[in-house]
Amino acid sequence: MSDDTATLEATPSPDIEIEEIDKVIIRFAGDSGDGMQLAGTRFTADSAIFGNDLATLPNFPAEIRAPAGTIPGVSSFQVQIADFDILTPGDEADVLVAMNPAALKANLIDLRPGGMIIVNEEAFEERNLAKAGFETNPLEDGSLAGYRVFRVPMERLTKEAVKDTGVSGRDVLRSKNFFALGLISWVFHRPLETSIKWVESKFAKREEVAAANIASLRAGHNFGLTTEAFHHVYNIRPAALKPGEYTNVTGNTATAWGLIAASQAAKLPLFYGTYPITPASDILHELAKHKNFGVRTYQAEDEIAGAGAAVGAAFAGHLAVTGTSGPGLALKSETISLAISLELPLIVIDVQRAGPSTGLPTKVEQSDLLFSLYGRHGEAPLPVLAARTASDAFDVTVEAARIALKYMTPVILLTDNYIANGSEPWRLPDLDALPDISVPFQTEPNANGHYLPYLRDPETLARQWAIPGTPGLEHRLGGLEKREVVGNVSYDTNNHQLMTELREWKIKNIANDIPLLEVDGGEGAELLVLGWGSTFGAIRAAAIRVRKDGLAVATAHLRYLNPFPANLGDVLGQYRYVLIPEVNMGQLRKMIRADFLVPAMGFNKVKGLPFRVSEVENKIREILAS
Amino acid sequence: MTDTITTKYTRADFQTDQEVRWCPGCGDYTILAAVQSFMADLGMPREQIVFVSGIGCSSRFPYYMNTYGIHSIHGRAPAIASGIAVARPDLSVWVVTGDGDALSIGGNHLIHALRRNMNLKILLFNNQIYGLTKGQYSPTSEKGKRTKSSPAGSPDVPFNPVSLALGAEASFVARTIDMDRKLTMDVLQKASEHKGTSFIEIYQNCNVFNDKAFIELTGKETRLDNRINLEHGEPITFGPEGEHAVVMAGGAAKIVPTNSVAPDEIMVHDVHAPNPSAAFALSRLSHGPYGPTPVGIFRDAVRSSYEQDVKQQLIDAQEKKGPGDLSKLIRSLGTWKVE
Ligand code: SF4
Repeated sequence: MSDDTATLEATPSPDIEIEEIDKVIIRFAGDSGDGMQLAGTRFTADSAIFGNDLATLPNFPAEIRAPAGTIPGVSSFQVQIADFDILTPGDEADVLVAMNPAALKANLIDLRPGGMIIVNEEAFEERNLAKAGFETNPLEDGSLAGYRVFRVPMERLTKEAVKDTGVSGRDVLRSKNFFALGLISWVFHRPLETSIKWVESKFAKREEVAAANIASLRAGHNFGLTTEAFHHVYNIRPAALKPGEYTNVTGNTATAWGLIAASQAAKLPLFYGTYPITPASDILHELAKHKNFGVRTYQAEDEIAGAGAAVGAAFAGHLAVTGTSGPGLALKSETISLAISLELPLIVIDVQRAGPSTGLPTKVEQSDLLFSLYGRHGEAPLPVLAARTASDAFDVTVEAARIALKYMTPVILLTDNYIANGSEPWRLPDLDALPDISVPFQTEPNANGHYLPYLRDPETLARQWAIPGTPGLEHRLGGLEKREVVGNVSYDTNNHQLMTELREWKIKNIANDIPLLEVDGGEGAELLVLGWGSTFGAIRAAAIRVRKDGLAVATAHLRYLNPFPANLGDVLGQYRYVLIPEVNMGQLRKMIRADFLVPAMGFNKVKGLPFRVSEVENKIREILAS
Repeated sequence: MTDTITTKYTRADFQTDQEVRWCPGCGDYTILAAVQSFMADLGMPREQIVFVSGIGCSSRFPYYMNTYGIHSIHGRAPAIASGIAVARPDLSVWVVTGDGDALSIGGNHLIHALRRNMNLKILLFNNQIYGLTKGQYSPTSEKGKRTKSSPAGSPDVPFNPVSLALGAEASFVARTIDMDRKLTMDVLQKASEHKGTSFIEIYQNCNVFNDKAFIELTGKETRLDNRINLEHGEPITFGPEGEHAVVMAGGAAKIVPTNSVAPDEIMVHDVHAPNPSAAFALSRLSHGPYGPTPVGIFRDAVRSSYEQDVKQQLIDAQEKKGPGDLSKLIRSLGTWKVE
């Protein structure tokens, strides 16, 4: 820890005012090469360790390097930190850090009136202004009069800060994201030491880079300390979260850890067959690090083979998983049908992104719901679950594994880009309380000295899992229709009717083995806001806001999309209005209308971004006022 | 495969109660009989063996083998088998596929299985036609072939499966003929001993839609003139009196009269050569069974196998980091306590 920060922590100089605030929303924005995701992630981590509640929204271009300085090349990271329990990364930012004119232009619209803008002023020169489409310099033409603008010569100060560290050439200015981080850490009164430690270990092999980043970080911090304009600083106290131990986790990491937890709870080795695809690849990256857990990651030649290898691993007795995003789910469709026919346990993770086709690979959408339910040839039902937040992905993953194993079925688990890359504090679970989801392999013949592969458990309708290596239970499975119980190929039409119904009943029956849908609040409410997946935070926060004005509204959030919880029909029947906000064109609404004949209203947005709380709030108010 | 206990079996132990449903006279029957006998001789416990197939006439194969098995989807058998092999290095995993299944719809999976060199034994039944869909030209049908889907002659240039496999980094590549049980048994034996992926192209007669496609290699009058039997360590000559020989000339393998070259100019077949160039040159001697065609083992080279490498990585990771501790893992990004 530097002496400067030590001094600051102990006794801020008398002319420094500290204002206590309950929350702040900060957006770091710059060119995709400016390291804004890193600055945002580090600020988030520092705030997490400090004890704030938080939620993040990274937003980056699909191209690895879109043309520098242009609007399409802008990358941003929004974080809300608060001293109370928050549910979303926030709507409008209070603070915008803009590393170039394009970043300012692309993000100003999301800054609240009167908000703070900190700019890297040297980037506001003619060429960059032109690339961003500014005719005049916004720092000079008065167009930012409604904001508090801080012009900081970040490049000059970064150069000065790193001059003795040994970095040269392009590496010199690389550190300016740490300068920005240092300055924001000053303004919001954050300690630097976790970031310093992080830099030291991350760049352990490149000492000069580590030194440059730390020097810039401190320079940014010191710039705040010594510049009068920054002598009004803010503090956000630790949040009064439920007691426990917390970590800050993204959805993809929580999903990967959930898989490892599930493999332990199932007492089975984990097999992850996949093909790299945005935004699911981080699950692969995370799992690949943990081979000491017995995890096998298999980077296949394509999406089909990722799923195919997982089916093979399931047959061989592993906890088999394949992960992807929309286009990959389309390619895996035929293989998932095979798994339905073979009745093998398989977890299929779809980290949804905006489609159709390649769509917007780095933007959120919930538009694979109907595809997950119905996107297969033939009558091919399977359970579909969805995570609601980053940390919830851990629990839902374990639950998906439980269902897959108990019912010998593929399960689709939906997350999305917002959950996958966004992070939030996660109260660490009691691992001893993880359910035992193991199912015993069949080791003995199950009928007069024979093994009949499609003999079913009368309760779950699941068949028994006998794996290669088990003497006497040799059997053949296949995609051709099988005779019930016996499992041999059967072209008998009555048998096909029966097998189709059995596969259908097996999945429907899971409704008796999942929790009932819980309704949140809304004594006497006429309106139910029903959601699924990553709209959770926006819906809950909106409901809390309108209730503050004495309005009654109920909310409920579906984790199980197939089968639905057994009480869903009853719940729906209790409200005059049902509103379903979705980041798609109304897919759950279609299902609810079809299954329950309820005239559910939709509220739909497909802008590649999650709902703002205010959007849902206004919609609720509009309905209640009508 | 070497450490397993051997059991005494007869061919009947590998037969199932399923009625075999190929057309009478189909080459698949002889291959099935050979494989069942081979498995009995091999003595590996039945439960350690898995047969995986795709779609097509040949892909019915697993139903007739009393082992573990999956009749999967068109073209995907190598992908599914790969999952089995990586998950369970203790198993002996066999893929049965056809020319359409392996080389058309499943081409991608085949080449990647070959380059990875997993413990897979791939039997490609090549009948140069689509049988199950009743007679369209396949990716190994000769150019100009007239079929229901190519009444004016197929415009496609066929694959040479052996060349393809060698180009895809296969470490074991062989070709045999359904009618030649002895050669088939010999090739199966070597394939099963090989560490990694073994690729065996089996010329298989489809007597319904492409009868006598291999007659040049099987017919009494022609076979001696056309079969180039590859024997490791032997000079490559063929013909009733050994009157033809294979030499390397101008970067390619060539057939010349044996008496026109000095004995030491004749190519000596080396299946273990680390470099596949000579094997590839041999594979180019024919582009189908229409003239002198090499049969036997083209290549049997030593390479590390994928599933063993993966297994080793897991062992190394455990040695280095200790067995996985979930409680530590979920705390690995730093934690804080709220009282
Ligand atoms: S169609 Fe040809 S390959 Fe298929 S079973 Fe009949 S003879 Fe054999």
